[in-house]
Amino acid sequence: MEVISNYGTILLILAIAFGVFMAWGVGANDVANAMGTSVGAKAITIKQAIVIAMVFEFAGAYLAGGEVTSTIRKGILDPSIMSDSPELLVYGMMAALLAAGTWLLVASAFGWPVSTTHSIVGAIVGFAAVGIGVEAVQWKAVGSIVSSWVVSPVMAGTLSFVVYMSVKRFIFSAEDPFMAAKRYVPVYMFLMGYVVGMVTLLKGLKHVGLDLSIEESMFYALGVAAVITVIGVVVLSRVKRVTRSEQHDLISVEKVFGVLMLFTACAMAFAHGSNDVANAIGPLAAVNGIVESGGLVGQKSATPNWILLLGGIGIVTGLAMYGYRVMKTIGTHITELTPSSGFAAELAAATTVVISSGYSLPVSTTHTLVGGVLGVGLARGISALNLRVVATIFVSWVVTLPVGAVLAVIFFYLLKAIFGTG
Amino acid sequence: MVGNPLFNQLFGRSPITPIQKHMNVAYETVGQLGPYFEAVNSGDWEQAKHLYELILELESKADDLKSHIRLNLPRSLFMPVSRSDLLELLQMQDRIPNRVKDIAGLVMGRKMSFPEQMGDVLLEFIDKSKITCGFALKALNELDELFETGFSGKEVDLIHHLISELDEAEHENDRLQVKVRSQLFEIEKDLYPVEVMFLYRVIEWIGDVADHSQTVGNRMMYIISR
Repeated sequence: MEVISNYGTILLILAIAFGVFMAWGVGANDVANAMGTSVGAKAITIKQAIVIAMVFEFAGAYLAGGEVTSTIRKGILDPSIMSDSPELLVYGMMAALLAAGTWLLVASAFGWPVSTTHSIVGAIVGFAAVGIGVEAVQWKAVGSIVSSWVVSPVMAGTLSFVVYMSVKRFIFSAEDPFMAAKRYVPVYMFLMGYVVGMVTLLKGLKHVGLDLSIEESMFYALGVAAVITVIGVVVLSRVKRVTRSEQHDLISVEKVFGVLMLFTACAMAFAHGSNDVANAIGPLAAVNGIVESGGLVGQKSATPNWILLLGGIGIVTGLAMYGYRVMKTIGTHITELTPSSGFAAELAAATTVVISSGYSLPVSTTHTLVGGVLGVGLARGISALNLRVVATIFVSWVVTLPVGAVLAVIFFYLLKAIFGTG
Repeated sequence: MVGNPLFNQLFGRSPITPIQKHMNVAYETVGQLGPYFEAVNSGDWEQAKHLYELILELESKADDLKSHIRLNLPRSLFMPVSRSDLLELLQMQDRIPNRVKDIAGLVMGRKMSFPEQMGDVLLEFIDKSKITCGFALKALNELDELFETGFSGKEVDLIHHLISELDEAEHENDRLQVKVRSQLFEIEKDLYPVEVMFLYRVIEWIGDVADHSQTVGNRMMYIISR
C-alpha cells in the first residue's frame, strides 16, 4: 500500500500521459482505416472525413465507450488475486499501455497492419500471466474476446454480403436504378440508425444519467432512426439526376449512395470511438481506480467521465495532427471502390462493432471492416481485392499477441524495479 | 504512428480498364486496314508503308499492354470473375492486332495488289470486319459498369444484347467473305497462281479479324454468365 500512497500522483500522471499518447496514436492511424473506405470511394472529402471523425469519434467514445473500457479495465484480470499488492496492477496496466504503444509505433513504421485492440489485450494478458500468475487471468473472458475477433469479421462479412446482394436485387436490377436508389437508401439509413441507436441507448448512457429498459430503448431507438432517416431523405431530395443521355445513369445512382456513405461514415466513426477508445483509457481507468481509492482493487464504480473525455480528446488530437496525412494517402490511392459497395462494407462493420461494444467485447475495427469488404467482394461487388494483404493481416493478428505480451512483461519488471513493491 | 494505410494495399487495381484499353488499341489497329488497302489498291506504296508502320506500332503497343496486364494480375487477387477467364479474354483480344499485322505484312512483303474488279467488295468486307470488331469493343466497354453494379441483371442484359449484335455482324462478314472469294474464283485463271494462293490467304485472314472479335464476345459471355 505504501507505494500507492507515496507515488500515487506520479503514477497516475504517468498513466494519463501513456493513455493519452495511446489515444493519440489511435486517432492518428486507426481512424484513417475506419474512415478510409468513405474517403477512398470519393463519397466524402478529406476535410469532411476529419470533421465527421472528430464529432462522432468523440460521441462514440463518450456515449458508448464505457462498456468496453470496463472490460479492458477489469474484465480480463481477476482483481481479487491482486488485492494484497495493488501496485502490481498499476505497473501492469502502465506496462500494457507502454507495450501496446511501442509495438504500434514499430509496426506502423514497417507498415504492418496491427490492431490496437489485439496489442492491448495481448499486453494485459502477458503481464498478468507472467508477472503475477496464470491464475490472475480470467481465461474464460479472454476466450470470449479472442473468439469475438474471429466472429466479428465473419459477421461483418455476412452482413455486408446480404446488404450488397439486396442493393443488386432492389436497385441495380430495377427498371430505373436512380429512383430505386432514392426509394431504398432511406431504408438502409433507418436500419443503421436503429441498431446504433438501440445499442447506445441500452448500454451506453448509464453514466450520463439515462438508464433505460429494453422496451424504452427500443422505442427511443425508433425515434433516433426516424430522425436520421428524415435528415437523409431531406439530403437525398437535393440529389438530382445527372442529365446525360446515358441509357443507365450509374453516376447518379452512385451520387445517391454517396449521401448514404456520409451517414455510414458517421456510424463508422461512432463505432470506432465506442470500441477503440477503450484500448487507451481502459488501463488508465484501472490505474485511476486504484490510486483514487488509495490502493483498493476491484472497485465496482463505473469509469469516470473525465477519463472517457480524455480518451476522446486524445483521439481527436491525433486525428487533427496526423489523420489528414494518412487520409490523403488513402484518398489519392483507392479508385476501385464505389460508394455502392463501400457503404455495404461500412454499414456491416459499423453495426458489428457497435453491437460488440454493447456486449463489452473489444474487437478490432479495422479487421471487422476488412471482413465487411471481403463480404462485398464475395457478392461480386469489388473488382479486385488483394488477398495477400488479408494474409498479412492474419499473420500480424497472430504475431501481435505474443509480442505485446513479451513487451508488457519487460515494462512490468522495469516499472517494478523503479518504484519497488510493498 | 503513421504508417502505410492498410486500405491502400487491400484494394488491388482493377484489370478491367487496362483490358478495355487493350481492346481499344486492337480496334484502332483494325481501323488501319481500310486505308491501308485503299493505298495498296491505288498503288500508293509510300502511304501504304506509312500505314504499315503505324500498324506495327499499334500492334506492339497492344503487346505491351497485354504483358503489363498479365504481370499485374497475380494469383492472390480476388476478383468477381475468374482470373483465367480474364487472361483468356485478353489472349483472344490480342489475336486481333496480330492478325492485322500478318495481313499487312504479307501484303507489304509481296507487294500484292487485288484485281481491280474486286476493289469495292473487298473494302466493304474489310469495313464489315471493322464493324464487327467495333461491336466487341462496345460490349467490352460495358464491362466496367458491369463490375460497378456487381453483375446485376440489367447490365448483363445489355451486354447480351450487344453480343448478339456482334454475332449478327460476324454472320454478315461471313457472307461477304463468300462473295469476295467467289469473285476471285471467277477471275483466278487469268492471274498468276502463286499470287492467287496468297490472295485467298489474305481474304481468309481478314475474315479471321471478325472471327476473333466474335470469340472475344464469346469469352465475355463466359465471364458474365458465371
